[in-house]
Amino acid sequence: MRRLRMMIAADTASQRSMQASRRQVLAGLGGFIIALGMGGRLAHAAAIEKDAGFVPNVFIRVAHDGHVKVISSYLEMGQGTFTGLATMAAEELDVGIDQVTVEAAPADLAYANPKFGIQGTGGSTAMAGAWDKMRPAAATARAMLLTAAGKRWRVPVEQLTVERGVVHHVASGRSAGYGDFVDAAMRMAVPTTVEVKKPDQYRLLGRPGTRRIDVAAKVDGSAIYTQDQKLPDMLVAVMAHPPKLWGKVAAVDAEAALAVPGVVAVVEVPGDDDVQGGVAVLARNTWVAMRGRDALNIRWDGTKAPRIDTAEMAKRFEDLSKTPGRVALTRGKILTDRPSGGTTIEAIYHQPFLAHAPMEPMNCLVHIEGDRCTIWNGEQNHTIDQVNAAKELGIPTDHVAINQLYAGGSFGRRANPRSDFVREAVRIAREARKKGIGVPIKMVWMREDDMRMTQYRPQTVHNAVIQLDGDGKIASWHHRIVGASFTKVTAPDGIDHMLLEGIEDMPYAIPNLRLEQHNPEDTYVPTQWLRSVGHTHSAFVGETLIDEAARAAKADPYQYRRAMLLKGDPRQLGVLDLVAQRSGWGRPLAEGADGTRRARGIALQQAFGTYVAQVVEVSLHQDGSYAVDRVYCSVDCGTVINPDIVMAQIEGGTGFGLSFLRQAITIKDGAVQQGNFNDYPVLRMDAMPPVEVSIIPSTAKPTGVGEPGVPLIAPAVVNAIASLTGKSIHALPLPAEIEL
Amino acid sequence: MPLLWYLRDEISFTGTKFGCGMALCGACTVHLNGDPVRSCQMPVGDVGDRQITTIEAMSSDRIGKAVQDAWIAEQVPQCGYCQSGQIMSATALLRVKAAPSDEDIDAALSGNICRCATYRRIRTAVHKAAQELR
Ligand code: FES
Ligand code: FES
Repeated sequence: MRRLRMMIAADTASQRSMQASRRQVLAGLGGFIIALGMGGRLAHAAAIEKDAGFVPNVFIRVAHDGHVKVISSYLEMGQGTFTGLATMAAEELDVGIDQVTVEAAPADLAYANPKFGIQGTGGSTAMAGAWDKMRPAAATARAMLLTAAGKRWRVPVEQLTVERGVVHHVASGRSAGYGDFVDAAMRMAVPTTVEVKKPDQYRLLGRPGTRRIDVAAKVDGSAIYTQDQKLPDMLVAVMAHPPKLWGKVAAVDAEAALAVPGVVAVVEVPGDDDVQGGVAVLARNTWVAMRGRDALNIRWDGTKAPRIDTAEMAKRFEDLSKTPGRVALTRGKILTDRPSGGTTIEAIYHQPFLAHAPMEPMNCLVHIEGDRCTIWNGEQNHTIDQVNAAKELGIPTDHVAINQLYAGGSFGRRANPRSDFVREAVRIAREARKKGIGVPIKMVWMREDDMRMTQYRPQTVHNAVIQLDGDGKIASWHHRIVGASFTKVTAPDGIDHMLLEGIEDMPYAIPNLRLEQHNPEDTYVPTQWLRSVGHTHSAFVGETLIDEAARAAKADPYQYRRAMLLKGDPRQLGVLDLVAQRSGWGRPLAEGADGTRRARGIALQQAFGTYVAQVVEVSLHQDGSYAVDRVYCSVDCGTVINPDIVMAQIEGGTGFGLSFLRQAITIKDGAVQQGNFNDYPVLRMDAMPPVEVSIIPSTAKPTGVGEPGVPLIAPAVVNAIASLTGKSIHALPLPAEIEL
Repeated sequence: MPLLWYLRDEISFTGTKFGCGMALCGACTVHLNGDPVRSCQMPVGDVGDRQITTIEAMSSDRIGKAVQDAWIAEQVPQCGYCQSGQIMSATALLRVKAAPSDEDIDAALSGNICRCATYRRIRTAVHKAAQELR
């Protein structure tokens, strides 16, 4: 608890309300620092924490005042994850959501993501993972508390009811809050089987009106992100990164930087194959560190930097796409000749590297003390970052404690499989210690670092040859994808399935299909998953090709999809029909003024187990500019936990995907050419269309909604445009003016 | 030193956010005598005796409070990082325009990026706050 008090003492904000809410956040941190000190066994550690209350398992704690604390193994980066977890717990415990707080878990495999086997957030897995963990955890707590109540009152448990955390025995008129049974429950054995509620018993799950638990702190400025975290004596580190990817420092002249008042030290940060490195300037505040960085005189050694050129890469990828690749999937036998009376579609698609560009640029706060290290971070990849940080320092893994803070967006970026920015921050602190600086150090990347030295969604080329038979049906589909792997780690079969997702599981009945992959290992561009991963590029290709096939078959693209859909997957058909109906598909659209033409476009995709279909209304102006006027979206994500959050995520995902129409990261002679929002355009308010989201009721296991809203908007918009111009579009970003 | 870093680092008013440092994103928006300014571009020495208001003071500002309440009612924030700036821009708009049109809102808030794309809810919330204030 000493650390906790120190952190509060460091808080110099004069606003009392702000302090109060910070204290809540920090009080949480105090808990898990202790937990890690106890070898990461939270349940045990929490039990020795003063008044931790009833700790039936690692996910739930019930305090003596009846307040419920939910421990989240997942990051809240905007997707409403904390609220979803709290809702599940509140449902099973029969408490109000206002009686629950959520605390982030420490890095510990007890909190491993059931899908990944490590503790991390991603792949839209949080709700699906928690469904089978959080609900039984909360139901167990309830069962134990009720058993305790039944014993004390000498009544059968079946006669007890609970409302807002108060246990009632109606027949005898007795009532008492959960808190009264905490001590008795603590002494009980944990039952091995409990039953969770059936859908008809839900009070909160799927019902509208449950508000997000993080919103209040996000409208008054009190929510604490890594950028905001402060510790006593903390220094801020700003990096001078190499001007070219993987460039190395040849020599540093730090004199001018050190002369900037407030600069404390200049630290060389060695780079390697995972971490860019460079030179860090440590100062009392960010601005001084920035000025110190600007005053550095660095000679860079560009000789080791590969001459990356994305334009050349595109050509090379295209050439490669014309050669056989590793076969990832084959069904039937692809046709090399056009069926009689049929049509051949040949298409080569180009899509660029993309940066995540979350509003909060990467940052990470590190404090090394002796052989222990504490990290404060919008932590998305707990156990991997923990292992990698420990390796950097040569200390045991459990000597690294990670405190998870809110993330100002991430879109996947904060979960780097190689822990790039976390390791850079740890390296700064490690090198600073060699200079006798042992204080906490917060590394703050500027927007330009976050754009030029980041990890990118891979650039790709797709090459497809589709044969339609005389009826316009797809007879054969031969598809090659060329792109660096998302993670540099491929499956044992040598295939990067992340690169193929969305194509390898297309929902259409294609009798003859062959899917090949080229994974050039020599692009030297750091790559990583971006929100919706493979679907970010595959949906654009697959769903515009289906439209192209429909156009060639002179068929309506909605009806064509319907006819081509694989039988036996009613959920695909469900979302497709619903969106067609909601959008008035087939009914004429009002023409625009001044020769503006308007059209609808449609797209369909299953991503991460969630089914989404979209229809857009697009205006194409006479000068070739376009606007997305309206979006309809249908979604089937199994059991809905919070309908408002589902809508917000699908809407937000759509907005995120709309930016793909205009974005590209390009690299010339090893240097990324974009640096900030002036040259890396993002969607702004004036271009955001209304998005109507319709949710299909379901009792299937919940699937995620953080990502599946992203991939369809680009193909749907392009399909609408192509239906007006009759010209297929095979590249993103779109030109400023569409060729009419 | 830009006002942004003075607020955040020197006096720990961390509600005002750093997003781009180049007047491109609006995350750092504060009020200077009631007008919205990008604090990343405003040297603290130029403030003089003008009044700086940050997100931390919005709950005691009549319009600011209405905007925050509307933000909660419409459940606007996702990651939340841009929202201080959005709220500061929206509050400044409502101060000069009691009943803004969609176009007014677009014009006043297009400098505020939200990567989570909460834009439609922002717009609805601005209208709602305007209504509540009437
Ligand atoms: S940080 Fe000032 S506008 Fe972006
Ligand atoms: S809420 Fe995440 S950037 Fe706006």
